[in-house]
Amino acid sequence: MIAAAIAFYVFATMAVIGGLNVIFQRNPVHSVLWLILTFFNAAGLFVILGAEFVAMILVVVYVGAVAVLFLFVVMMLDINITVIREGIHKYVWAGLLVGGVLLAELVTVFTSWVMFDDAASLSTAPTPDPNVITNTEALGNILYTDYVYLFQAAGIILLVAMIGSIVLTYRTRTGVRKQVIADQVARRPSDTLEMVKVESGKGLQ
Amino acid sequence: MVEFWTAYVWPVLWIIIQILMFLVPVLIGVAYLTYAERKIISAMQMRIGPNVVGWFGLLQPIADAVKLLTKETVLPTGASPVVFFLAPMVTFGLAMMAWAVIPVGDGWVISNLNVGILYLFAISSLGVYGVVMAGWASNSRYAFLGAMRSAAQMVSYEVSIGFIMISVLITAGTLNLTELVLAQSEPLFGVLPGWYFIPHFPMFIVFFISVLAETNRHPFDLPEAESELVAGFMTEYSSMSFALFFLGEYANMIMMSALITILFLGGWLAPYDVAPLNMIPGVVWFALKIAMCLFVFIWTRATFPRYRYDQLMRLGWKIFLPFSLIWLALTAGFLVYADALPG
Repeated sequence: MIAAAIAFYVFATMAVIGGLNVIFQRNPVHSVLWLILTFFNAAGLFVILGAEFVAMILVVVYVGAVAVLFLFVVMMLDINITVIREGIHKYVWAGLLVGGVLLAELVTVFTSWVMFDDAASLSTAPTPDPNVITNTEALGNILYTDYVYLFQAAGIILLVAMIGSIVLTYRTRTGVRKQVIADQVARRPSDTLEMVKVESGKGLQ
Repeated sequence: MVEFWTAYVWPVLWIIIQILMFLVPVLIGVAYLTYAERKIISAMQMRIGPNVVGWFGLLQPIADAVKLLTKETVLPTGASPVVFFLAPMVTFGLAMMAWAVIPVGDGWVISNLNVGILYLFAISSLGVYGVVMAGWASNSRYAFLGAMRSAAQMVSYEVSIGFIMISVLITAGTLNLTELVLAQSEPLFGVLPGWYFIPHFPMFIVFFISVLAETNRHPFDLPEAESELVAGFMTEYSSMSFALFFLGEYANMIMMSALITILFLGGWLAPYDVAPLNMIPGVVWFALKIAMCLFVFIWTRATFPRYRYDQLMRLGWKIFLPFSLIWLALTAGFLVYADALPG
């Protein structure tokens, strides 16, 4: 048990340090790299909880895909830090105001939080034993039976979002010389080649 | 004291011993993979290849390693030092980490993870970070262009790799790599080996090609296309940091071959469970299958010209992705229709 406790404190501290560095790093690329470290530590925490499937999916989706796109975009930006910091005195008050409102809201939410008496027993009761059934199977059983309509709805929403972004960004450009593989394959020697027997001493025409 | 030893020290020591038992053969394998590559390609091009250092040039990899280690480490001006040196370590470390879940024999595995295949997929999708970090931190145009190409390429081909993995997984009904191999032990129609490359044959080929793209190997080695980008993301690296990239890349090739072996070629299983064949230990079969895959990697390198970038993207998104999706639907449909869904 002591190993799990040590692992928990290591992952938790690193996650907090990583999260703080995401905000405090000046260079946005370094921020994204710290964000990746935070994701990793969150995955580690999931492993300690016995939720190995969620941990792996977290790494595959967030680190393997989402953060790569972040990094891709951030690296392409030409960011001049001094220019960004120029108007900081003008904006700091607005920023503090928004932050203060958000903090006040969070405080009110958490202080007025009332726990339902049976909440603890209700939330722990249906969790299957990881020794009997694997993570993947347990999640699949719930996702594709009780929540199948919500699951499908999530899929449809993602599909609509994907089609929407394609429609918004798609444009046909004219006058672009594009390689059409089918055209190239369909070409026959007779389309382009002409065999001519040239008599000696005369030109072609 | 004895309790402390048996409860804490010995388990940790035992894990370290196991890790060494995996990594030392892998690193020796990497060294001799470079030698094999040079020898095979030279044979295919009717040259002799390395033959001076040691008998038949067998000490050539060691000479290369010593040469690389004694060179000067160069940090380009304007480079981001931490990220610059972190990048090769990430590449190398990830290539080594993947071996934690690979079973080379029945029960011969460091960690028999229930989600082993997802772990491998996660690790291989992280490989792009080493490349991107190297390209960005080098503060060089060539390196940056190479990194951009590589990132787009690896992300694209990961998608079809993922779909093919899912097709195989629903046939086996498990995410555990050991169980995945054991699921292939039942002969097909009673005569053929039950390895998944037979029922999933088209996907076996697609998977192999995707792996070539994922590991930045020829004919998809655009990130380091030397005629356009000098050496791509590795341009600014020298000495030890270059050696780590090099080792990581070749270790990745071996790891991906191991993955192909587990998913499609029946892991450590002998083709038939009969007397002379099943007396050979599983590790030998596993190594033989990996060696076969690696030979095809090298053979491809010696045979095909490099793809153009738009052709590469077209192949990944317009051909492999729909093809593997259709195959996934077909596999699932067939399994439901034949009532053969495992589990």
